[in-house]
Formats: sequence, C-alpha cells, structure tokens
Amino acid sequence: MKSSVIIFPGSNCDRDMDVALKKFGFKNQMVWHNDPNLPKSDLIILPGGFSYGDYLRCGGIAAKSKIIKSVVDFANSGGLVVGVCNGFQILIETGLLPGALLRNKYLEFICKNVFIKINNSENKYFKNIKKNILKLHIAHNEGNYFCSPDELKFIEDNNQIAVNYCNKNGDISEEDNPNGSIDNIAGIFNKSKNILGMMPHPERMIDSYLSGEDGSIFFENLIGNLK
Amino acid sequence: MKINEKIAIEHGLKKEEFNKIRELLKRVPNITELGIFSAMWNEHCSYKSSRFHLKKMHTKGKRVIQGPGENAGVIDIDDEDAIVFKIESHNHPSFIEPYQGAATGVGGIMRDVFTMGARPIANINSIHFGSPQHKKTRNLLRGVVQGIGGYGNCIGVPTIAGQTCFDESYNGNILVNAMTLGLVNKNNIFYSKAAGIGKPVIYVGSKTGRDGIHGASMASAIFDEKIEEKKPTVQVGDPFTEKLLMEACLELMSDKSIISIQDMGAAGLTSSSVEMASKGKLGIELNLNKVPCREEKMTPYEIMLSESQERMLIILENGKEEKAKKIFDKWNLDFAVIGKTTESKKIEIFFDEKKVVDIPINFLAENAPIYDRKWKKTKLPQKIKFNDDDLKKLKITEVLKKVLSNPNICDKECIWQQYDHTVMGDTIQKPGGDSGVVRVHGTNKAVAASVDSSAVYCYAHPLTGGKQIVCESWRNLISVGAKPLAITNCLNFGNPENERNMGEFVECVQGISEASKYLDFPVVSGNVSFYNETKNKGIKPTPSIGGVGLIKNYKKMVTMDLKKVDNLVIVIGKTEGHLDQSIFARSILSEKKGPPPEINLFNEKNNGETILKLIEERLIESAHDISLGGIIIALARMCIKGNKGVKLNKLKSLINKFQYFFGEDQGRYIIEITKDNLKKVKEILNNNSVHYDELAIVVEKDIIIDEEPILSVDELMLSNKKWLKEYMVQ
Repeated sequence: MKSSVIIFPGSNCDRDMDVALKKFGFKNQMVWHNDPNLPKSDLIILPGGFSYGDYLRCGGIAAKSKIIKSVVDFANSGGLVVGVCNGFQILIETGLLPGALLRNKYLEFICKNVFIKINNSENKYFKNIKKNILKLHIAHNEGNYFCSPDELKFIEDNNQIAVNYCNKNGDISEEDNPNGSIDNIAGIFNKSKNILGMMPHPERMIDSYLSGEDGSIFFENLIGNLK
Repeated sequence: MKINEKIAIEHGLKKEEFNKIRELLKRVPNITELGIFSAMWNEHCSYKSSRFHLKKMHTKGKRVIQGPGENAGVIDIDDEDAIVFKIESHNHPSFIEPYQGAATGVGGIMRDVFTMGARPIANINSIHFGSPQHKKTRNLLRGVVQGIGGYGNCIGVPTIAGQTCFDESYNGNILVNAMTLGLVNKNNIFYSKAAGIGKPVIYVGSKTGRDGIHGASMASAIFDEKIEEKKPTVQVGDPFTEKLLMEACLELMSDKSIISIQDMGAAGLTSSSVEMASKGKLGIELNLNKVPCREEKMTPYEIMLSESQERMLIILENGKEEKAKKIFDKWNLDFAVIGKTTESKKIEIFFDEKKVVDIPINFLAENAPIYDRKWKKTKLPQKIKFNDDDLKKLKITEVLKKVLSNPNICDKECIWQQYDHTVMGDTIQKPGGDSGVVRVHGTNKAVAASVDSSAVYCYAHPLTGGKQIVCESWRNLISVGAKPLAITNCLNFGNPENERNMGEFVECVQGISEASKYLDFPVVSGNVSFYNETKNKGIKPTPSIGGVGLIKNYKKMVTMDLKKVDNLVIVIGKTEGHLDQSIFARSILSEKKGPPPEINLFNEKNNGETILKLIEERLIESAHDISLGGIIIALARMCIKGNKGVKLNKLKSLINKFQYFFGEDQGRYIIEITKDNLKKVKEILNNNSVHYDELAIVVEKDIIIDEEPILSVDELMLSNKKWLKEYMVQ
C-alpha cells in the first residue's frame, strides 16, 4: 500500500506520521507542498503542525497551496485522504469537510490523552476495528468543532460524525469534552466517507513505551482494510 | 553627534569604561562604535562580573566534547551520537512582556542548539514567579506559560520537563530559564570559530527591524518604576520562521559548506560577528547596505544593535553561495552576502560607501572589562530548636493536605498540558516525573533531563545551596534510571555591585563546582543573569541546574508511580529529620530561619550509584527522589501517580513524627520493590554500605499510619491538584 504525507512549511508531525505509516506496512513517501503533482498513492495524509505558522487562520494558507489542488482532485475522485490536527483544519479550509475549528473553549493549548468513541465503522477507516473506544492523544489550540444547526443535522443525517470524545467507558458527556466541540465531535467524514479529518493523533500512540498504543489499532486496521 | 561621557553612561557604560574605550581607540568613538562597545561590554555579553569566578567551574570529563564558551555544550552519548544542550535566561524581557519574552527565550535557546548542527529533541524550562497573591503574578504566569507553549509547540519540539516556583522575592523580577537538548552526529558538529581569509559572511533568516535594540543592555540593568517604558526593547518572536530557519540550516549542514555559524542572539549582528572573528583570530568586514531590513531608513547603529529574532550569521566556503542560497530560497528565507573575513583583526563596517566602524576585535572581546568584585561570605545560620509541644498540637492529616496544596509542591499539570510534550513520538516520560525522558530516535537509548533550583536553601547558605541543587539534579536523573552525564546552569542573581549578592554568586558557584567535581557531573554550558533587582530589592539567589543523563536501554527506564499492591516501599539514605528551611517549617510553622540540610557528597554518590545498580538488575518497580516536603510528600506523589495507597510500618526512629515525615535530609530516595526481591535488594544495599529503612507496603487506596487510614489517594489527588487549577482560571 502506498501512502503520501504532504509537508507544508511549518508541518511538524510529518516525520511522526512517516514513522507510523512505515511501521504498519505502508510504503510512504514525503511530498513537498510546492510539488506540482502527487505521486501515485492509496492514501494521502495531511499531518499536524502549524502550516505557514497558522498566522492567517489555521490551515487557511495551506488550503491555497500548490499541491492542494491535486489533493482535492484525488479526494473528489474517491481517494482516501486523512487530515490529522492541522491536517483536519486544512481539510476544513479547503471545503472538503464541513464546519469550522474554533479556538479551544478555555483558550488554552491542550496536550493530553483522551478517549474517543468510533461513531461510524461502515467505512475504510474503521471497518472491522477491534476496539470501539480508543485512547489517543490530542495537542492543539484550535480543535473546538463548530457548525450551524442545519449543517449539524446534515452531518448527522448522513452519518458523517466519525469519532466523539468520551470517557473510558464510552460515555459521551460535556465532562469529557476537552475543547468545547459541538456534540463532542473529534473527527468527521465527508458525505462519501473517503475523507477523514480528526484532531487526535494516532501516530503518537504506536508503542507501549509512549503514552499508549491504541494508535496502532487505527493503522493496523486501516492497512488491513486497504489490502 | 559628538559622543561624550553622558551619552556613554546612558548606554550603560561606567565612566571608567568610557575612558578605557577612548584610551584603547586613541580617539572618541562615534555613535555606532559606542553602541557596539556598550553591547559587547555589558554584563550580559561580557560576563565581566562573573568570568573571574566561572573559571573555577568543573568543566572537563570523559564525555565532554565541548564545554562552556560555544553556543552550547556537547556531550558524548556513545555510538555516533552526541547531545548538545544549554540553558539560558530571558528574565528581564519576560517581566516586561511575558508572552513575547518567554517565547523568544525558547526561540533563542533552540537556535543556540541547532546552530551547532543538532536537531532539537526536547525543551525544558524553569520559571519563577512572585507571591501568588501579588497583583501581577497571575497574568505573568499565564503569559509566560502561553509564550513558552506558543513557541515550542509551533516548532514541534516536545517540552518534556520543567519547574514552576513562587516566592515573594520574584515579585518585581520573574525568572524565565529555557533549556533545549539537541541530537547531533558527533562527527558533524558546527562551531562559531571563523577560519580562512576572504570567506563570504552570510546573513540568513528574518529581516532586521528596530525591535530589541539594546535588549542586552536592558538585561544588564536593574528595574525601577519606569520599567514599562522598556517594552520596545523586548523582541517579538516568530516561531514559524524559526522552524523554517532550523530546517534550512540543518539541510545546509548536511554537507561541508559551512565553516562557522552563529545565531544572532543578544546584541544581534554585533556580538555574532565579533565573536566569530574573535574566536578565529581574524578580522571581519561588513557592508550594512546589504543587510535585509524590515523597516526603512535604518541607521548603522540600529542595524548593528537590533535584536530581531530568527537570524543567523554563517561563514561559508568560497563558491558555495549559490548552493546555499537555493536551500534558503526553498524555505522562503532571506539570504544575503553581507561581508567577508579579513586579515585585519578588526571589525570594519561600511554604510553608504563610508566606513562607519573601525575597531580592533580584541578591544571588544579580550580587552572587555573584567571585575573581581567585592563579596561577602554568608555564615551558616544556627540550627533552630523546634518545640516538641508545638509539633504535637499539629494533625498530620491537615498538615499533609496543606503542604500538598502549597504552590511550590502542588501538581503543575495544568501548566504542562499547555505544552506539546509528545510531538516527535519519542517522549517516554512526560513532565510531572523526576525527569523527562526522550528516546534517541531509532535506537535503544534514551536521554533524561531535569531542571532544578533551590533558592530558599541558596539564600540561607549559598555554598550548601549550590551543592544541593547539583545533587538534586543528579538524583532526579538517577530516579528514572539514567546515568547522570553533565549539567548546564543558569545563574540568576541580584546586583553584583552589592557585596551580599556578589557573595551569594561566588559561594553558589563554589558549591556547584565542588559537587559537580565530586560527582563527575561537569558543567558544559550556561549563562549568568545579574541585576534581577527592582528598587533595591533583589531576588533570592537562584541558580537553576539542568541535568542530562543517559539510559542505555530505554526499556529499563523507571517511573515514580506505585505499581502493585503488596509491593514493599523502602527509603534509601538516612533520615535525621532536618526541618530548618523545609517547606514544613516555612509554611506550617512560619519559621524561616536556620541552615539548609547538609550535603554529604559521599552518600549522594554512593546512594545514587547503588540505585542505578538496582535498576540495572531490574530490581526496582518504581523510584522517586525525596526533596521538598520530605518522605511523606514523596510518598504521596508516588501514590497519586500510581493511584494506590500505602500502609506505613511502625516508626522505629526516635525522632518526632513530623521531623521524620517532613524533614528534608538529602541523598534520599524512595523505591518500590517486590517481596521476592527483598533479600537481593538488601544484599546489594548492605554490600554498598547504603543506609535504608523499610517504610511501607503498597495497598489499594489509603495512606495508613499507625494502623489508621488518614487520607485516601483521591483526597491526596484533590489537595495536590486543586490550588493551581483554580488559581489559573480565576
């Protein structure tokens, strides 16, 4: 399976993602934002970080970068695209995913472990996944998912909510909402479920010596579904 | 403009210093030259009050590749790997503008590290604030924490450890000390020493603006009520540009184009160009019209003294300019050839085709003033006699809760959760432990680091305090299973022209030196920050020590959380019950006198090395050093982290319960072992003549003393976490 990680100026989880993808069997290549074309890939990943310093609005400038056009074309033709953290923000800015990511409710950067519950496993990402609740890690300042009531209804009707913040038993409540997101939304799909954007970083939880290894479950499952 | 004594004094120079400049030059300097002298001769750049004493530091060792004097120190961690590290202060700017001051402090220290060819792998910080009740403290704390996070998080380097302290002596002068560790191939380290004549001098990075002019002079001055007016001297950070600069520099460093490289830190283009030339015993010629400027009509004076951030000066091999430029273009950074190295041994600066500066380099460097200032010794205070009856009236439960919620003991999670501590995917021990630990990417090795200070001890008796911090740093590394290798120090003191402050400096340095020599724990880098004083009130002497250690097999790393019910808990090292200067005496009894706990270097070394042996043999389940708050606080932390309780054995010791639990005797650790290993552990401890006491057994959830449950682990946790959380959101 071939994957490509796009590097924008200011990306900083690109290497971590590369390490994780290779560990679970992807043939990964790194793609510079200024490259005109995408290499042939089964999966495109937009990694975390602070693309272009996030000075305009998180992901705002990256969404206009040279490579993004090919990413949008790839996604629109049904290709699998995952955006993690800043990657999620970029996907929203391109319009591939609905809604907005606001500043965290308490106006602070948050770096900690969270639990997420998979809401929809009828897709390439979570089909057959062996655990429904994963312990992953978040590290962001703007992860407070927001959308209008109409949009929310549309997202819900189309089963586009991918993962929600929850407690270790899978209960979803305000108490376990780290950043103020509507309905504890931690990640969403596009309508046809080939595009996934999420705030938690699976690539930071890939062996038992790190804060946990539930990230491994995500990658193992994903490559299994693609084979 | 005619330069006179008055203008020189406004530049922070003393009358005698201005006379010396005139004598050296045999003429009156022009304004740009005066600016350059004032920048190079101020305390921050010249170390004029400290150099004489810093020479006494222990700086050599088997693993030292580079000691003090470079951008950062370098130590060997086996194979091809070396760790580059340093700690630096950004105190004065952080008080004036906490967010930017702290952010640029982090940016500056990271540049020092990647300048040497190392990729930063961990950030650490030590921050000190005034009393929590002081009106400025909360905003300063918030601003500094957000600034540290804002910069480090954006670059993508994990912040893995730190300390936050409060004391009223920092009401008018907070401390922000930032430390960075980088990983480098030991055959590919870059230095700042220039070499070769006629080599191009290259400016890369951000453009030069008017920010930070005289930042270094400001950092060498005491504060008064007009300090707010100094806001324009605080630099503004741009972490995004720094990230690009780091990637571009590391890319250029992968071949042999660079002869030498130096970041433009304090005193910007002035100190970087002078230092490179001085170390290479060369001259340097600059054309300031070539310097990329952000603002219009900047004068040579402003260009030379700007402290705009994210800039580097590089001396390249001839003919490599094109290739280097391509790399910086790729990263969208300015790249300009602004001069060349010369034989003249002078700094010669041209602007609008006129020579505006002509100063022999040695006048600025070697001939800079050096003072052996007067200093006063601090006598060891008399020991306090604590009244047994007073102690008997206290309830252990209440005291324990109170001490756990003390601002200097309480859990700092809501601070370090604002720092990205897991990016780069190798953090195997997060903040909140004895040391932060990151793996050396792709190997079995890991590097541990911690930062410590003990201003209360240093204030009571600087010599003992100096020794104590080195020992505490050593213990923090040992506790995670790391062999301590070397330290970096940030020496934060008051006004060196005051004999008591100078004495504190001299004796702390002596203490640090003695301990680091005995423990073979050399100092490889550091910085001095004097003049932390406002309206004649100086800070407590606060050397911060950043220690670095090596774990050869990261799978043997130890953490402090209690692991399993029925395991045994043992105290390593002898407990005498030293309460003077302890947090118990100060916060519960309001007794602030007395000597700090004594340091026995033999015991420190022996106890530490024995713990490492036990860890190597995999006989230890968890470990924690005993420091502030004594045995009971150390134990409470282990309970909280592991979500377990402990049942204490009946005290054999004849000393009072409070002395036993809260005494801050040094050289001690708490370890958890399995019952099966008890015999083996005892044997090793006895063979190495290490004193130990069997303290407790791990239970489900309560702390049980004299068969009576006094507090549950949940209550401990609440006491430990509540205060700061509430304080931060108010």
